[in-house]
Amino acid sequence: MSTVKPECLSGKQLSKVFGLGKNAKAAVDGVNFSFAQGELISIVGESGSGKTTLAKMLLGLLNKTSGEIYYEGKLLDISTAAKKKAYWKGIQAIFQDPFSSFNVFNKIDTVLLDCINMRGCKNLSKPGKVAMMTEALRFVNLKYEELTNKYPFELSGGQMQRLMIARIFLLKPKILLADEPTSMIDACSRATILDMLLKLRDETQMTIIFITHDIGLAYYISDSVYIMEKGKFVEHGTADEVILNPKAAYTQRLINDVPKLNEPWDLSTVS
Amino acid sequence: MSKLILDVRDLTTKYITRQGEGVYAVDQVSLKLYEGRSLGIAGESGCGKSTLALSLMGYYFAPLHYMSGDIFLGDRNIPKMAPDEVRRKVLGTDIAYIPQAAMNALNPTRKIIDFIEDVILAHEPKTSKKDIFELATQRFTRLNLPQDALQKYPVELSGGMKQRVVIAISTILSPQVLIADEPSSALDVSSQKMVIRMLRDMMEMGMIKTMLFITHELPLLYNVTDDIMVMYAGQIVESGTAKEVVFDPLHPYARGLMDSILVPEEGTRQAILCAIPGTPPNLKDPPSGCRFAARCKYVAPECTANAQALNHFGQGRAYRCWRAQVQLRGYYTDEHS
Repeated sequence: MSTVKPECLSGKQLSKVFGLGKNAKAAVDGVNFSFAQGELISIVGESGSGKTTLAKMLLGLLNKTSGEIYYEGKLLDISTAAKKKAYWKGIQAIFQDPFSSFNVFNKIDTVLLDCINMRGCKNLSKPGKVAMMTEALRFVNLKYEELTNKYPFELSGGQMQRLMIARIFLLKPKILLADEPTSMIDACSRATILDMLLKLRDETQMTIIFITHDIGLAYYISDSVYIMEKGKFVEHGTADEVILNPKAAYTQRLINDVPKLNEPWDLSTVS
Repeated sequence: MSKLILDVRDLTTKYITRQGEGVYAVDQVSLKLYEGRSLGIAGESGCGKSTLALSLMGYYFAPLHYMSGDIFLGDRNIPKMAPDEVRRKVLGTDIAYIPQAAMNALNPTRKIIDFIEDVILAHEPKTSKKDIFELATQRFTRLNLPQDALQKYPVELSGGMKQRVVIAISTILSPQVLIADEPSSALDVSSQKMVIRMLRDMMEMGMIKTMLFITHELPLLYNVTDDIMVMYAGQIVESGTAKEVVFDPLHPYARGLMDSILVPEEGTRQAILCAIPGTPPNLKDPPSGCRFAARCKYVAPECTANAQALNHFGQGRAYRCWRAQVQLRGYYTDEHS
């Protein structure tokens, strides 16, 4: 990985302020970042540190207060619905709660067909579409024959989250924003989901932005880590640099707060 | 050995579905809780951890049904008591339970002190409001919780604070046993640490005598509890002290769980995270042999033939597998070499 990868998404002095006048509170406070193509980036912080607000701004779900977002080197323009739709072909998201991510009235086939249509394969023959769905589901270790004609609520949480990844596999966006995708599923299925995300990145060179509060998980999965405290990035670097040699006091505290196996867990330092 | 508080012997409970099929979610579980020692239950979703917690409380409501076994609490046997008697005489005073997502259970239109009044008045109807307030203030001070939280509404508190307040409310009558079902899984690491600190303080101050802690986060369990039991498909598959189970797991399933641990320590990135393939069996019709056989790497013909009992060895260690210890250890060392 010696060649410099092209920049995919970056931000300059990006801020989001909620409230007005003296109640104004900056949830994201002038952050600068640069994510390269094919990189797996983690954004780590406590609850309320502004991770999700940042994610929503990057997705265009929330208007920024000030600052600039650059997408593939160009200033991001999502001022009209058509432009926003075009941008969403390049960026997609997986959210925290798999149970509320699906339309309860749509069968799994419909969920996947929507993705195929969105990709511009609307005129494909039915067997062609079925083949695509089968391939996508096989990628996440699910079987099309078992899922066809079922509704999302018939699946377990882990299976639903895998179905979300199958959707991403069909859409093949340039950027995937994963907002705590594993916090609601157990440790065992978590390993499966993480391995699938890594496989997805390796096969499609997708940029994955992984938002989490679990620093151990961020260390395992990511190439580079951004640590967020109160709307600001306090530290960033490669995973090894940040986790094994943390410089910011906040990062050190986050690492100390995680229960570990080989070091005693110091409960006396509770703030 | 310290005093035995809760003694569970061969407890079996099942769910009955609308189609009339039985789902044995807790199958022949035996465990002992000693004063001053905590026990952790590990396992993936759907393996019966939460059902075990519900069954221990003796609070059987359809679709959960009691089948057999005993739960001895002092000289009482909980399954033999009437449900109403259990509610009045055991829950809250002897056994307290914190369900998953407990912090969302608070009624948003009532203040925290109202919940405490509810708990105390349900057991001691004649207590005056002044006494309750005094007890609550004293308890909150000892647990380092802000006293003004008592007069607040749930929405005014943060997630971590709500969780700690819920724990304080459910243990206000100083129960002997606290059953905590994933008390920290919805919280971030700092709030999680505060919750764990509070639980440990409560044990030390004697507000609770023993604790059963349920979670799927093994590094957490290792740091919180003295002993660990691993559950799979309604059965206990391995038990021992926390250190033994985490660093020297014997059952292939326990071993698989240990391979899914992620901690920010050197070596995590290089480790190959290996998830156990497949899903737990359907408990409507559990396999007659070892329940883990379909997912086990080391499966042999004898595994699927007959059910295996727990093999006990050493001091309180046990595992449920056909293979001998030496053979299992041999497999694991071969993999790493």
